[in-house]
Amino acid sequence: MSTFQFPPSIRSRPVYGTLAPRPGKAHLMIADAEGAEAILSLAGQGPGLMAKTHVIYIPKGTGETYVDQLRALKSAQFYTGPTYAASVQRIRRVLSDAHMGLQVYLAGTEGLMGQAEAEAIAAGIPHSAIQTEHRGSVARRMQCVHCKGITEDVMTDPFTCAHCGLNLFVRDHYSRRLAAFQGVCVDAEDPGNVPEPRELYS
Amino acid sequence: MTIQFNDETFRDDYSFRNSDRAIKRFPFPFHEDSYMYSVNMEQHRGGPSGSVYEKRFDVDEHYLSEMRDRAIVLAEDPLRCQSLPHMTLAGWDTLELIMVSKSEDYPDLFELHRDGSRWRWVNKPMGIDHTFTFLDETTLPCGPLEYITRQAQGDYAVLDQRGDMLYMDAGMVTTQADWSLDFDIGMDFFEWHAPVPLAHEMGIFKRALKFLLNVQQGAPARRLNWTMTVNPLLDTSPENYHKWGIQKTTLTPENIGAKQHLRVELQTFYRLPRSNALLFPIRCYLIAFQDIVSVPKWGRRLHRVVRDLPDELATYKGFIANRPMMLDYLSQYDDGLPTSPGVWPDLETEPPLQR
Ligand code: HEM
Repeated sequence: MSTFQFPPSIRSRPVYGTLAPRPGKAHLMIADAEGAEAILSLAGQGPGLMAKTHVIYIPKGTGETYVDQLRALKSAQFYTGPTYAASVQRIRRVLSDAHMGLQVYLAGTEGLMGQAEAEAIAAGIPHSAIQTEHRGSVARRMQCVHCKGITEDVMTDPFTCAHCGLNLFVRDHYSRRLAAFQGVCVDAEDPGNVPEPRELYS
Repeated sequence: MTIQFNDETFRDDYSFRNSDRAIKRFPFPFHEDSYMYSVNMEQHRGGPSGSVYEKRFDVDEHYLSEMRDRAIVLAEDPLRCQSLPHMTLAGWDTLELIMVSKSEDYPDLFELHRDGSRWRWVNKPMGIDHTFTFLDETTLPCGPLEYITRQAQGDYAVLDQRGDMLYMDAGMVTTQADWSLDFDIGMDFFEWHAPVPLAHEMGIFKRALKFLLNVQQGAPARRLNWTMTVNPLLDTSPENYHKWGIQKTTLTPENIGAKQHLRVELQTFYRLPRSNALLFPIRCYLIAFQDIVSVPKWGRRLHRVVRDLPDELATYKGFIANRPMMLDYLSQYDDGLPTSPGVWPDLETEPPLQR
């Protein structure tokens, strides 16, 4: 199982649960990479659930590993997208077509869940209808507080901003609106003294 | 009294200075010889004549220079002023509160003439005489919050209140102690306070929120917060930290008295009438260490507070590395005599330094 127990942190840092089937006429499941495992386990718990479900899956680095198993769930609709950016228009459309009572299930990396949650909230889905379950990589989606550029899938602290090139340390302070953690210049008070990058949670 | 406005800078050559009057009315934040977080809130119902607490929105000798500095920051980074779409009415509430308060409290500087929704606003120090239609955005050069806070010292956060929670949904933030409006906008009270050490565990934010939710129209409240800043730099933003952070390393025993500043925020809380939002003005006052120690009581006390402050707070406030040098300097102004209770300078009654 690709689960990870995040240590306790500050109040802005999201916490994730375990997906559980909820009653509802329509269901939307959005997952990336190992998030597929959470969908598979969810499907096993709710007889008849998948027949009312739209699955949007982004395999990321896992390639074909989970695709056939997910397809075999025979959901009402099943879509695999190459990237989140390529899938987001579809996600918005599904959310804007949604009727009252849509249940949303998000699984996989924090970046995927955070962005999809922001879309759902923007579309007026109540918090209480959104569940999340972290699976797979602990990589973070980071915003550089200096240039505002987003660096996806950050695995080390510190890291280099993909946009402005500053060396940033990884904070736990998190913005739901941006679906990103905050990155702040690590060597501002001692230019050039950048600590050796360490893998997150290692 | 008429105010002589300084022509000074908060960047580059840092020509900012406090006059003797500004030093004596400085909002010294320590009422005793030690400091810890607390729910330090009281009613904002004026204060001693001439003090920074007297008026609803204090205008002082730094007004014009602070407004020039704000304009520079906004030109470089327009995201310092933001308002989520549902906050426009709260912006008008803010404009009204500030215009009414300033014109009543400083009639020689500001005038507001209202004829129905036709309003004429005169800001004499800034040379503004503008007629507009209240609640009609097309009659202002920018949104109402930005318009009025380009003419009012201090940062402003505007909090929407929904279901027993406050959300930071608008603001003008150019003189902040190292936090980002652009990052925090939309967060709730506990989320934007997340980085603060110890206070959550002490239950301070729970009690503070409860207090704020009950702030009523016409009964504003206030509190003080403080930190340390090297050079009189107003814009200590995270956005620009990669530029100003290095200045913390320029302190020496020779220049610390002039360069190291105590930074105090007079924070007030106003319930707004139409939107039911809460307005949170954060007014920043800076004072050089050498000016603080000119008041014997404050010199003695600041030394004791800085010396005994828990490491977590000194780290969070960003001066743990400079604390030893600060203490070397401040200890020269602490002769061990007791200090009188309260924040006031007590120049007539407190003994001069016994050295
Ligand atoms: C609703 C109005 C308020 C707003 C918008 C606000 C905003 C903030 C922000 C943005 C920070 C910086 C957090 C960071 O590190 O990123 C902060 C710090 C803090 N706030 Fe508030 N705050 C408010 C009310 C209060 C109240 C009523 C209290 C009462 C106890 C309080 C206590 C504190 C404390 C103790 C800190 C740490 C400051 C330091 O050590 O320098 N705040 N606040």
